[in-house]
Amino acid sequence: MQMHNTIRDEVLLDVRSLETHFYGEESVTHALGGISFQIMKGETVGVVGESGCGKSVTALSILRLLPKLTARTVGGEVRFHGQDLLKLSEQEMRKIRGGKIAMIFQDPMTSLNPVYTVGHQIAEAIQIHTGVSRSSALTEAEEMLRFVRIADPERRVSNYPYEMSGGMRQRVMIAMALACSPELLIADEPTTALDVTIQAQILRLIVDLKERTGTAVMFITHDLGVVAETCQRVIVMYAGRIVEQASVMDLFARPMHPYTQALMHSVPDRRRGRQSRLPEIPGIVPNLRDPIIGCSFAPRCPFAIDICREKTPVLRDIESGHAAACWRSEEIVCA
Amino acid sequence: MAGYILRRLVSTIAVMVMVGIFVFLLLRLAPGDPAAMIAGRSATEEMIAGIREQLGLNDPMPVQFMHWVGDMLAGDFGTSILAGRPVLELLSQRLEPTLSLAILTMILAVTIGVSFGVLAAWRAGGFVDRILTGFSALGYSVPVFVIGFFLIYFFAVRTHWLPVQGYVPMSNGIALWFMHLILPTVTLGLGFIAFIARVTRASMLEVLSEDYMRTAVAKGASSYAMLFHHALKNAGVPILTVVGISFAYLIGGVVITETVFNLPGIGRLVVDAINNRDYPIIQSVLILTSGLYVLINLTVDLTYMLIDPRIRY
Amino acid sequence: MTLPAATLEITPTAPLGFSGLARIARRHPLVLIGGGLLALLIVLALSASLYAGDPGNMDPFKRLQPPSAEMWFGSDHLGRDVFARTIFGARISLMVGLASAACAALVGLLIGILAGYNRMFDNIVMRVMDGLMSIPTILLAIALISLTGPGIGILIVAIAIPETPAVARLVRSVVLSVRERPYVEAALCGGARLHKVLWRHILPSTIPALMVQGAIVCASAIMTEAALSFLGAGVPPEIPSWGNMIASSRLYLAIAPLTIFGPGICLAVTVLAVNLLGDGLRDMFDPRAKRRR
Repeated sequence: MQMHNTIRDEVLLDVRSLETHFYGEESVTHALGGISFQIMKGETVGVVGESGCGKSVTALSILRLLPKLTARTVGGEVRFHGQDLLKLSEQEMRKIRGGKIAMIFQDPMTSLNPVYTVGHQIAEAIQIHTGVSRSSALTEAEEMLRFVRIADPERRVSNYPYEMSGGMRQRVMIAMALACSPELLIADEPTTALDVTIQAQILRLIVDLKERTGTAVMFITHDLGVVAETCQRVIVMYAGRIVEQASVMDLFARPMHPYTQALMHSVPDRRRGRQSRLPEIPGIVPNLRDPIIGCSFAPRCPFAIDICREKTPVLRDIESGHAAACWRSEEIVCA
Repeated sequence: MAGYILRRLVSTIAVMVMVGIFVFLLLRLAPGDPAAMIAGRSATEEMIAGIREQLGLNDPMPVQFMHWVGDMLAGDFGTSILAGRPVLELLSQRLEPTLSLAILTMILAVTIGVSFGVLAAWRAGGFVDRILTGFSALGYSVPVFVIGFFLIYFFAVRTHWLPVQGYVPMSNGIALWFMHLILPTVTLGLGFIAFIARVTRASMLEVLSEDYMRTAVAKGASSYAMLFHHALKNAGVPILTVVGISFAYLIGGVVITETVFNLPGIGRLVVDAINNRDYPIIQSVLILTSGLYVLINLTVDLTYMLIDPRIRY
Repeated sequence: MTLPAATLEITPTAPLGFSGLARIARRHPLVLIGGGLLALLIVLALSASLYAGDPGNMDPFKRLQPPSAEMWFGSDHLGRDVFARTIFGARISLMVGLASAACAALVGLLIGILAGYNRMFDNIVMRVMDGLMSIPTILLAIALISLTGPGIGILIVAIAIPETPAVARLVRSVVLSVRERPYVEAALCGGARLHKVLWRHILPSTIPALMVQGAIVCASAIMTEAALSFLGAGVPPEIPSWGNMIASSRLYLAIAPLTIFGPGICLAVTVLAVNLLGDGLRDMFDPRAKRRR
């Protein structure tokens, strides 16, 4: 920090060739095929892609929350402040989780423990990482509820999750995540399971709290519209790889991967709401159990030529700060 | 809430009435004349007729039934044919050994069974889990009395570590009382440990895959907090249900264990009653244990609310 | 016990040839082990007179002998061959166990199907079943047997009655779920008679659950028989049964432990075989349960 004048430039999270496999009864799924990206201090980065493209797996791999029996991160590094999280002991990792890196999940209806009050659950996070007494943690929890703008926090703090609406529960999740002032917040589709009107409120809340706390945010979504509203930089994922990476402005102005272009054409109509959860692109996502030859998007790509089916394109800088993994980016960018 | 308890009470009473009719009919179906049996072999016709009149055996069945139920509600469970004393008095004399055994067994089974099940679920497919699978197959398959004789043989007959059998009342010293109850408790407890551990494991496995468990890890909770704070309370309802249901098995096991270890409890009383055809004792024990069973399960249902705030009746 | 059997799907019942049996054995080793062990025990019990001595023969000069080539498990306090008695005892245990299980399964099936289809009957009979379930199995059986005194017939009935409610409940729940299935409703709408639908669609779908529950009941029945005989309320004392043998030898545990452990171990192995068979059948009919375990 003392070296740089602007905090912005300091790398907070540096993911290098992260590779995660899922193990089925007879097959291995290559859920993440070696992805690399960085998140700067205080930056908001969107991670976009269809269901099953590896967005959530990336998040779970970073925090080492993958199901132990069926999944393993087999390669790469996750450097947080220069320290590789994959090499930490489980005990050291516990201090990172919830303390330095917090996460909110897709479905607030199932992500809170039904048998404890929300105050108790927020206070637990505070107690784990600060070691304060139960009663002062509960007072702090009440503060956090106020912070995420839940009305009547004095009363709500002793509510059980089932007594709250979905939007309110997601606010509780956010309060719990921000309770220990993490440096990075991973938000995994935090609005997908909510009503459209509530979605907008929660988005605004996250953007607003991010401004006030200066925490970096990794925003996972399938909705490019959400990215446009909240993020500074975007990572587009397809079939376990990053296919394009750029600032929000650049990406929307000049999408350089056919997949990104297709995504943009199918940006869900906000007024139609939740029905259009999945962007409609013809064809299906490839089966990650089979080895992929060539570009994984080739079978669905309108621009595919022979080389696309034979050699896998690597992510390369097409313009400064704008990378894409496509053989024909230069040709199609203005198409 | 009050409405629910009322509804439950009504259905409980309905069940008890069924049990009552069943036990009542059982007695009436018994071959032989109860009056003749009470009177003994050397009784004359007049004596038997007198007893029959006295017992109300000449009244119509429904009237007899109402009398019988009325007596029980008033605390009169009849008189033992053999001992000639009130059944309730005999039962209360035998209560201490039975209660000691039952309570110690439940404590043992719940503590060991639940912790075993939690550990097995935590590392499903691992070492503890394998042991549990093997152990529970044995726990289900080896009858209580066989376990009992094995334990007696190895821990009492061969090694003299523990007393072979018999009972020492608590008033003669807690240590001695406890020494005499170790083997019976383990004997009776093994099956329950297996049973409770298996249910705990299944219930925990389900809970461990819930989203909120991932939330708990994501906020940095330790494995211990995960298992015993976040998961166990959620897994509690099925476990509690099983503890309630297994009460009926417990009573059956108590009868056998008391016989194996020669404990002067209610179980022995019942076994002796079979050989003497002492029906008042048998029917009272049937009514009382099934009443207790129903009551325990009612309590279990109501304690669900303490575990899971979503359950409101 | 909470069995997932109630959610069993119907498995197509193709005729089972030798290859079909071999496939079941390979995929579900528990069925093979449990079933094989049980079959072996049945054969051993039935052919007992071919190789075991006379179980009733007393020899006052050979009381409480240690095991020998002549008497593998030694002799009891009346000088009887413990091995021969154990083998002959298997007949009683298996017979009583299987017969009680069959009775409980048949009566439970009947009650369960009727309760699943008639609300009036359901309300009354299920309360009776609740009542029966609230009385501990052993006590209920003791009460029934105390009416007539020990005897094989009353023993089978007395063991079957407490086991029936569980079967009835299970069958009822299967019936309740199956009768809502589209093909059953379609058959009824298409004008099929109720009893035909019951016979063609409902009954077959209860079979898998019934088989699993049957094995559980059978294991429990064998244990109950032994326990009752041990308590002196089961098989008449002159007939060799495992429970009787253990009861009559209990005083000689220190001198001749095999008089107790011989029949005890046989009893445990038999129950284990039936339990394994039950577990295997459940895995076979409900693969979801296997993954959960």
